Amino acid sequence: MILIPCPWCGPRNVSEFRYADEAKVRPDPNATTPERWRTYLYMRDNPAGWTTEKWFHRAGCRRYFTLERDTVSNAVRAAEASREV
Amino acid sequence: MSIFTNRDGSRDGHHKPAGYSAFDLFRRGLLGTQWPRAWRSHDLKPSYDVVIVGGGVHGLATAYYLAANHGITDVAVLEKGYIGGGASGRNTAIIRSNYLTPEGTRFYDRSVKLYETLAADLNFNVMFSQRGHLTLAHSDSALRTSRWRAEVNKLQGVDSEVIGPEEIKKLVPYLDTSEHARYPILGALYHPPGGIIRHDAVVWGYARGADAHGAHIHQNTEVLGIEVANGRVRGVRTNRGDVAAPVVVNCTAGWSSLISEMAGVKLPITTFPLQAAVTEPVRPFLEAVIVSGTLHVYVSQTDRGELVFGASVDPFPSYSMRGSLEFTEGLAGHVLELMPSLAKLRVLRQWAGLCDMTPDFAPIMGITPVEGFYVDVGWGTYGFKAGPVSGETMAQLIATGKTPPLIAAFDLARFAEGRLVGEKGAASVGH
Repeated sequence: MILIPCPWCGPRNVSEFRYADEAKVRPDPNATTPERWRTYLYMRDNPAGWTTEKWFHRAGCRRYFTLERDTVSNAVRAAEASREV
Repeated sequence: MSIFTNRDGSRDGHHKPAGYSAFDLFRRGLLGTQWPRAWRSHDLKPSYDVVIVGGGVHGLATAYYLAANHGITDVAVLEKGYIGGGASGRNTAIIRSNYLTPEGTRFYDRSVKLYETLAADLNFNVMFSQRGHLTLAHSDSALRTSRWRAEVNKLQGVDSEVIGPEEIKKLVPYLDTSEHARYPILGALYHPPGGIIRHDAVVWGYARGADAHGAHIHQNTEVLGIEVANGRVRGVRTNRGDVAAPVVVNCTAGWSSLISEMAGVKLPITTFPLQAAVTEPVRPFLEAVIVSGTLHVYVSQTDRGELVFGASVDPFPSYSMRGSLEFTEGLAGHVLELMPSLAKLRVLRQWAGLCDMTPDFAPIMGITPVEGFYVDVGWGTYGFKAGPVSGETMAQLIATGKTPPLIAAFDLARFAEGRLVGEKGAASVGH
């Protein structure tokens, strides 16, 4: 079982959560080019190792948070600013 | 313009891989002696005309067709483990071409055609069994998509039609087609040319064929870096030394983002594990391949009698290939929804493979911004069935320098230019 540290609810089973993409900065839609917007939409780092992600606690507080996870071992740890997304 | 055009006239005869004799089979059966290895090991040369990264069905098929169709034989296939040990040996070996888009249907139909004659072409029994493929529809919207797919398929000349529960029951008597099921079966997309194959044999057959033509297959050879200078690929660094090459092809699955990153090419790919399981063997009772998108499951019976189950990808990306109890429980429940009589059957083993998912559920094939660096990646959950046609078209692209029309829609530039293919409806769970 993988326990995810929700910053509001504490550690819970991974099945309560939904993965919500790599953590990245959304460009301002009014001030970006189509190419940069599509890079934001489609391109992914997809690293093998520690990475920073957004998760959603769908069967709990229903809030988004930031999580650090090793994509090879699936080890997880709370991000420094885990309540910010 | 290709660097190989000067070689097109220099094909030195046809090296069709040698056949196996019935007498030899009988003799070895009596003596119990080991068969010799079907391909050779070589020292790593300091340079090759073409370096292919990844010794799965895509990489080996590309090497085979480069030699067989274009006379390019100075080719190295670099595999970090053993050939066919990645996605080529972890898929559920289902072959079909009833896709949703005309591009997808045409492409996979060519693959089915190549698979049909593959055993004869390679002189190697790949055990292709075209036993029919059923995609069940449990809702009106699924039935509508089935009709849509059947029409697209028919227009492309692919045998595909929608059938009702009575006909389904005739094809698969053990299926619960009653109205009392939790998700009653309203109909199915029936695809007679679909079926299953021995996936290891396909890998070994292509390896043997490529080897007979002179390509070098290097196992336990891991690519650690890709040399790029002035926008051109120069070669690769491996754990066995450096190799110079004007052409490097990324034919990996699971690690395609990491290999492309070495050449500075970013991909729109996320890697997800996909789990599968197999039961103890029982007598043959299941002819067709059964797929249910609603229940996220597909079932087929191998020639040995085992039932092979697969599902959709795991809910979050990972490079881990460990199975989970949650998956097995969910899968078993879904299989029993379809065939309640299997309740006593025991699961023998489960495993996971890595799927490189793209935003539009279509692959990424062809040129990249780095000259000489080609990609044949993003194969999600549909890579194995595309092995032959991918090898054929990638070899054609490398040899002629021109993108074959069959793969023109799958280029990497489509993401930056906003021309996605949209194969999700037929590819996501539709194995």
